[in-house]
Amino acid sequence: MLAVACLIAGGLWIGLHVNLLPDSASVNAPIYDELFKVLFSIGAILFLGMLGLVIYSLIRFRRRDGETGEGIALEGNLPLEILWTAIPAVVVLFVGLYSYDIYERMGGMENMNQSSHDHSSMKTEQRIWGGIGASTSQLDSQRGLNPLPVEVTAMQFAFLFHYPQGDILTGELHVPIGRPVSMKMESNDVIHAFWVPEFRLKQDVIPGQPTILNFTPNKVGKYPIICAELCGPYHGGMRSTVVVEEPDAFDSWLSKNSKQTASET
Amino acid sequence: MTSLTSAETTSAKQLEEPKEHEDYRLFGLATFLIADGMTFAGFFAAYLTFRSVNPLPEGSIYEVELALPTLNTILLLVSSATFHRAGSALKKNEARLCQRWLLITASLGIAFLISQMFEYFSLPFGLTDNLYASTFYALTGFHGLHVTLGAIMILIVWWQTRFPGGRITSQNNFPLEAAELYWHFVDGIWVVLFIILYLL
Amino acid sequence: MTFVPSSEINNNSPQSLQPKGWLRYFSFSLDHKVIGLQYLVCGFVFYLIGGALASAIRIELTSPISDFMARDVYNQVLTLHGTIMIFLWIVPVVNGAFGNYLIPFYVGARDMAFPRLNAVAFWMIPPAGLMLISSYFITGAAQSGWTAYPPLSITTPAAGQIIWIISVLLLGGSSIFGGINFLATILKLRRPGLKLMQLPMYCWAMFGTSILVVLSTPVLAGTLILLSFDIVAHTGFFNPSLGGNVIVYQHLFWFYSHPAVYIMVLPAFGLVSEILPVHCKKPLFGYTTMVYSIMAIVVLGLVVWAHHMFTSGTPPWMRLFFTIATSFIAVPTGIKFFNWVATLWGGKISLNSAVLFSCGFIINFVLGGITGVALAQVPFDIHVHDTYFVVAHFHYIVYGGSVFVIFSSIYHWYPKFTGKMLNENLGRFHFLITFVGFNLCFAPQHWLGLNGMPRRVAEYDPQFTFVNQLSSLGALLMAISTIPFLWNIIQSIFKGEVAGDNPWEGLTPEWLTSSPPPVENWNGPAPLVTEPYGYGAVKKEALDETTTNKTESPKQTE
Ligand code: HEA
Ligand code: HEA
Ligand code: CUA
Ligand SMILES: [Cu+2]
Repeated sequence: MLAVACLIAGGLWIGLHVNLLPDSASVNAPIYDELFKVLFSIGAILFLGMLGLVIYSLIRFRRRDGETGEGIALEGNLPLEILWTAIPAVVVLFVGLYSYDIYERMGGMENMNQSSHDHSSMKTEQRIWGGIGASTSQLDSQRGLNPLPVEVTAMQFAFLFHYPQGDILTGELHVPIGRPVSMKMESNDVIHAFWVPEFRLKQDVIPGQPTILNFTPNKVGKYPIICAELCGPYHGGMRSTVVVEEPDAFDSWLSKNSKQTASET
Repeated sequence: MTSLTSAETTSAKQLEEPKEHEDYRLFGLATFLIADGMTFAGFFAAYLTFRSVNPLPEGSIYEVELALPTLNTILLLVSSATFHRAGSALKKNEARLCQRWLLITASLGIAFLISQMFEYFSLPFGLTDNLYASTFYALTGFHGLHVTLGAIMILIVWWQTRFPGGRITSQNNFPLEAAELYWHFVDGIWVVLFIILYLL
Repeated sequence: MTFVPSSEINNNSPQSLQPKGWLRYFSFSLDHKVIGLQYLVCGFVFYLIGGALASAIRIELTSPISDFMARDVYNQVLTLHGTIMIFLWIVPVVNGAFGNYLIPFYVGARDMAFPRLNAVAFWMIPPAGLMLISSYFITGAAQSGWTAYPPLSITTPAAGQIIWIISVLLLGGSSIFGGINFLATILKLRRPGLKLMQLPMYCWAMFGTSILVVLSTPVLAGTLILLSFDIVAHTGFFNPSLGGNVIVYQHLFWFYSHPAVYIMVLPAFGLVSEILPVHCKKPLFGYTTMVYSIMAIVVLGLVVWAHHMFTSGTPPWMRLFFTIATSFIAVPTGIKFFNWVATLWGGKISLNSAVLFSCGFIINFVLGGITGVALAQVPFDIHVHDTYFVVAHFHYIVYGGSVFVIFSSIYHWYPKFTGKMLNENLGRFHFLITFVGFNLCFAPQHWLGLNGMPRRVAEYDPQFTFVNQLSSLGALLMAISTIPFLWNIIQSIFKGEVAGDNPWEGLTPEWLTSSPPPVENWNGPAPLVTEPYGYGAVKKEALDETTTNKTESPKQTE
């Protein structure tokens, strides 16, 4: 009993205090970190528990020198087996429902076909495949925030960002802090993936099938954009930067670059 | 291989040679056909998904005629029945009759293949024209390959039944049973294929 | 008591025409034991090659820039590494090698149901493997990863990709033939009087695995055929520029490749269930629940594939369904792990190399399984998909799981295979450096993935240099660990202590014959073993009958 209590306390402590994650810089990152802490705690408890049991049995029940004979003829124990079917089932059910809740809070269950993007700008009326993002558009529009649309094109081996507002084409993503960004992504050649670890977000960029990714940055800084899907020899070099800046700085960047299509560094 | 299965036991009753010989070869074939059926299932699933999410680009043609395929369906269904006749004839030791039914079955299969060729030549689209066309040819082609193999098998079985006391007799009719099972399987796949490719 | 003399059995598989002695291991032998060892040795050679490739990967990753090999060569190396390790090492060994060697013993048969098919299945592997590897030297190997996602696999050089497809098709075919053979052997060739629920657990594991093989491998074959059409005949199934759909490929691929992970691990589960009771001298805990959990894993394993595609733009309901289904696999798997711990509990455990590797497996796999359940949660996976976190997850399972079990099984059955004992001290030393090296190599990769290192890259952010070097150091230890193992294996054949028929006092049928066993498995009639785990109070009459009396305290009968 005491051992179990210690185990749970220890697991929780590890889960809550050991930080394995990078900086958090978007609205859904803290939500993600919450999930991570829960999963980490549960995982730590289960793993340390199993580790302890195995090591304890190996030491306690080891065959000592010169010892003969056999172990006890225990072939099973129904209540025990039911117990350890039930406990993982409950844990797993909890984890599943909890992560569903997290997913919903991140905006994952939103119907992506009703995003802020103007459908007429698309080549064809294609089905849009959902991404994820913590900027539920109803919520944002209630708060009077209209998302910043960005069109992303991925190709071997670069990302291109197009701002319909001001018609800017750039290789580096600039976004203002606090305002939701809605990206429509399409690939020219093979599958790529848009990943910003500090945003805890990733979405494949697929040829022939636009995808949507929404997020709201909430910390000023420069973060790496990483291509996370094998896309050829220079896959490892397919990186860019997202610059999260104060709205003023962003506006001046926007007006400085407006109408000029030269790419920016 | 006859006594491969002989797992001897202590009691005299169980010592009798378990007559599972044919049985587990047919079992093996049936398992293989399940596997083969999964290949088709994969193709069907791909085709159905393509149809539900990928609209045909404008200007591409994908139209199938119904007349020839319906004839094909009838040919195959009848051939299943004739094969069954061949099998029961052999069981009754009527080798002659069995051979006749086998030949009829084989010719029906070959007729199917010829008619399929006709269809291929009359279709308004080619292999690489569009997604549905490619899948259509992949599926019917893969099935046609099965029919070809089946027809060859039937002819081999027919050849072997011609020698009295030879490879295939009413006691040892595994090759015939195997070919029959395979043939029914190929027919069954065709029915599904017909429904999915032509009727849907 | 009569039995058919061995000369009469197998009159259709002319052993007399086949080479004798060591030469038979290089021949088209129909003996299931020879085929099993052929699988094992062949697989191990490929493991060394795959491991050499892994070492090349780890050397490249000691520095953040791409300096050790060209970038496209790196991609070829990692594709070859993944393909070789999965299709030429784990799958053939846990299924083919141990399955062929043990299953006929366990069902009380003298060979597999279809000995010829069996030999054919084995002999498809070496040419496929050689072809795959030689493609590197001739045309350049495939470079789109072991998943070969189009459109990348359509646009990279075609020759290598086609060779890759052909060899995977051959290996898949070999695997299907093997699966059919196992199903027929287990279901149809069982010795009269032996009930299904009396079979050793490995039979059940192979039964479940073979169902998965038969149901899912053909789908992979079909998919790869379509892919090859795209490459050669310029059809557009998976080519978006011709109107194709790349996501369909992913669904079809994972419909095979997720069950494939259970094809790699279920037999390993079975092997552990054989090894632990023998060395703990205790019955396997919870036989019935073990059987049901295998079946549950088989069923669930077929409906969780899309958890590899959470970021591919699948619709929300689909992500949710696959999250829940995947998470639930932890329940039957958990049952098995708790049952093993309960098998240890109260036993008389000999701390030999076989047990150490099995327990190492339990520990590593639990960690890998827990990260797996975390990965199954969509919001979690969105961040770590295609990063080193995933690499860490699956190496914990395939290496820490399956490979550890393979080592454990070699330590356990080597006396049966060769009639000689292995050196225990070398074995324990091998375990120690493997365990330390393995954890040093892959534990830090969790952190790498969480912090932003994607997988399949030859160059990375310099902030990760140190941790990558740690990981490479671990890989070095793993490479070193093969030396004591190989030395042990080779010198024990010549100098090892003579093992005797049943050195571990096992109760399963393979121990009730000589070591190595005769061609027909038993010189006498096949024994009827209805209590494969009858340790403790349940007596082991079968053992006492066939082996010379050991010094044992008399035990009460049931
Ligand atoms: C033998 C191989 C093997 C096995 C057995 C598993 C087992 C599992 N795997 Fe793994 N997996 C791979 C090999 C394997 N995997 C490979 C190769 C990849 C990468 C492919 C690629 O992209 O190249 C992969 C990738 C992969 C992904 C995709 C990650 C991504 O690309 O983003 C996911 C996501 O759900 C996943 C989940 C799981 C789960 C839930 C299990 C479960 O079966 C684990 C169940 C086990 C346990 C949970 C431990 C024991 C249980 C207990 C002690 C009970 C208590 C536990 C709880 C209540 C949680 N795996
Ligand atoms: C299935 C089994 C399996 C096994 C056993 C292993 C074993 C190992 N793997 Fe493997 N790995 C995969 C399956 C496996 N891997 C898969 C499926 C992928 C994904 C591929 C993809 O993305 O497509 C992968 C990818 C992968 C990566 C990621 C590459 C990338 O994404 O960029 C890394 C990196 O560290 C790695 C490392 C290792 C190491 C260090 C071992 C070590 O455990 C190896 C230890 C063994 C040795 C070190 C042998 C040493 C022997 C010698 C050196 C002697 C040589 C002599 C002769 C040849 C005669 N693996
Ligand atoms: Cu683009 Cu990887
Ligand atoms: Cu999976």
